[in-house]
Amino acid sequence: MGEHKRIVVDCLTHNYNTRCALDNISFNVASGEVFSLLGPNGSGKTTLFKILSTRISPTSGNVKILGFDLNTQKKAVRKLIGVVFQNPGLDTKLTVNENLRHQGHLYGINSKNLNNRIVELLDRFDIADRKNDIVEELSGGLKRRVDLAKALLHKPKVLILDEPSSGLDIGVRIQLSQHLKELATQENIPILLTTHLLDEAEGCNRVGILDKGRLVAIGTPDQLKSEISGDVVIIESESCQTLAEGIKDRYDVQVVSEDNRLRIETTNAHEFVRDIVTAYPNKIKAARFGKPTLADVFIKMTGNAFD
Amino acid sequence: MLSVWLPIRTIWWREIIRFFRQRSRLLSAIAQPLLFWILIGSGLNESFKPTGTSNQQAYTEYFYPGIVVLVLLFTAIFATISVVNERREGFLQNVLVAPVPRWSIVLGQTLGGITLALIQGVLLLGIAPIIGIKVGLISILTTIGVMILIAFSFTNLGLLIAWRMDSTQGFHAIMSLILMPIWLLSGAIFPLAGTPSWLAWVMKLNPITYGLAAFRHSLYLDSHITFTELPTLMISILVCIVFSLLTYTGAVLTASTQQL
Repeated sequence: MGEHKRIVVDCLTHNYNTRCALDNISFNVASGEVFSLLGPNGSGKTTLFKILSTRISPTSGNVKILGFDLNTQKKAVRKLIGVVFQNPGLDTKLTVNENLRHQGHLYGINSKNLNNRIVELLDRFDIADRKNDIVEELSGGLKRRVDLAKALLHKPKVLILDEPSSGLDIGVRIQLSQHLKELATQENIPILLTTHLLDEAEGCNRVGILDKGRLVAIGTPDQLKSEISGDVVIIESESCQTLAEGIKDRYDVQVVSEDNRLRIETTNAHEFVRDIVTAYPNKIKAARFGKPTLADVFIKMTGNAFD
Repeated sequence: MLSVWLPIRTIWWREIIRFFRQRSRLLSAIAQPLLFWILIGSGLNESFKPTGTSNQQAYTEYFYPGIVVLVLLFTAIFATISVVNERREGFLQNVLVAPVPRWSIVLGQTLGGITLALIQGVLLLGIAPIIGIKVGLISILTTIGVMILIAFSFTNLGLLIAWRMDSTQGFHAIMSLILMPIWLLSGAIFPLAGTPSWLAWVMKLNPITYGLAAFRHSLYLDSHITFTELPTLMISILVCIVFSLLTYTGAVLTASTQQL
């Protein structure tokens, strides 16, 4: 545990009555890195976010934020973290400026420092010209920027975000992703976000894959993808079942079938595709292959499709 | 000290700003009770003579304090119902993860509710001279004090409910089943005297009965009219203070224990 490990999650378990939402999760996030928790709905990422943002206490295990224990030192942790919720935590009847002032006051920042800080953040997020607009008149992307500015107002030492790109279109999403990376390096803080979007996770420094409350894989996007040897072949077919069995018998490969598609990992994809198209001329509607994505990693780790 | 008062002040201030940016709230909190007063008051004015009251009042005059208290109740409801949604998605989430103790969040919200109730209550006091109630400085000041106490307990009662609710429908259900009946049975539309004994007991146990009694006493202080059939001003105010403290404690406890 070096000094730079700012978020340390250790053997975290959380149950809702008898249902296990998080099962023995451990990971670290270091300063300057953007870490994403990738998982489908119901994977436990919202529960994990709630614990990290001090809203619920875990059943067992612990989390340390800059050395402060989340279970016993909530108030100290609250001063250190900046939190961005899935639905922007803004009062839609207030102006941008009023929202930011309110946030500053909650963190006990006095007028002069607060004014300077607000000007700085409005500039950083390029929203200075909208500061007197009522929030309900802003677009989703702008609201998200105000939300981020708000979370950073008290200069948090750790930033955590719950599905920050939900409801944003792809262009804004890419912008947001760049913003977060810059922020992490410039301020030298760890940033943790949850997401169910593969492209968003790809853009992060490291990714943890959550499935049914378990952390099934963790690493940089490249590390994770390198766990898959070679390429991924996708075959579309009306008779997946028989095709899958045939391929398994004939070649020494793992075949995962999902709906009307088969997914196969192989090293010599172009030869493999040529072979099976020749071998099963009438059964294959389409075949393609490519480099593995995080979706492929997810399928490999869990045996389920990512949706 | 600054670190405690700054959050309270800012939460209070937000309640006020929100209120003035939502014109419909101002209208609905005042207009509906006023309409009740005009329609029910005029309708019953000839046929209903409050029994057991020591002075001969017209029904519109009898009903008037009840209407002011109803405005205070509605204001508290409208001020607190937003907590239900904002707690789960939106603004309050941020407040809950800020390093601010829950009692100060509740206090800020309560002070907001009181201020809004007072603005509307004082506006309604303007009607008193029109319907023939003689109000002087002592009456006005005491009445405002009583209104603060009533608004304090109503707002906390609203918060106590809103912090527990997962949906605004649930809040509406509680409003019709609990909040409206405690107003109905407070002596607002009929006096305690002459009611069947079981109802009289319910009314005697209802804390708002004392709020309304304190309101009637203070409103008529300058007219030197006393209401011997009501609990005395001192006892009424005492009950109001105790009820205010109880509801505040309840609201703080609820806000502190609710997760999510």
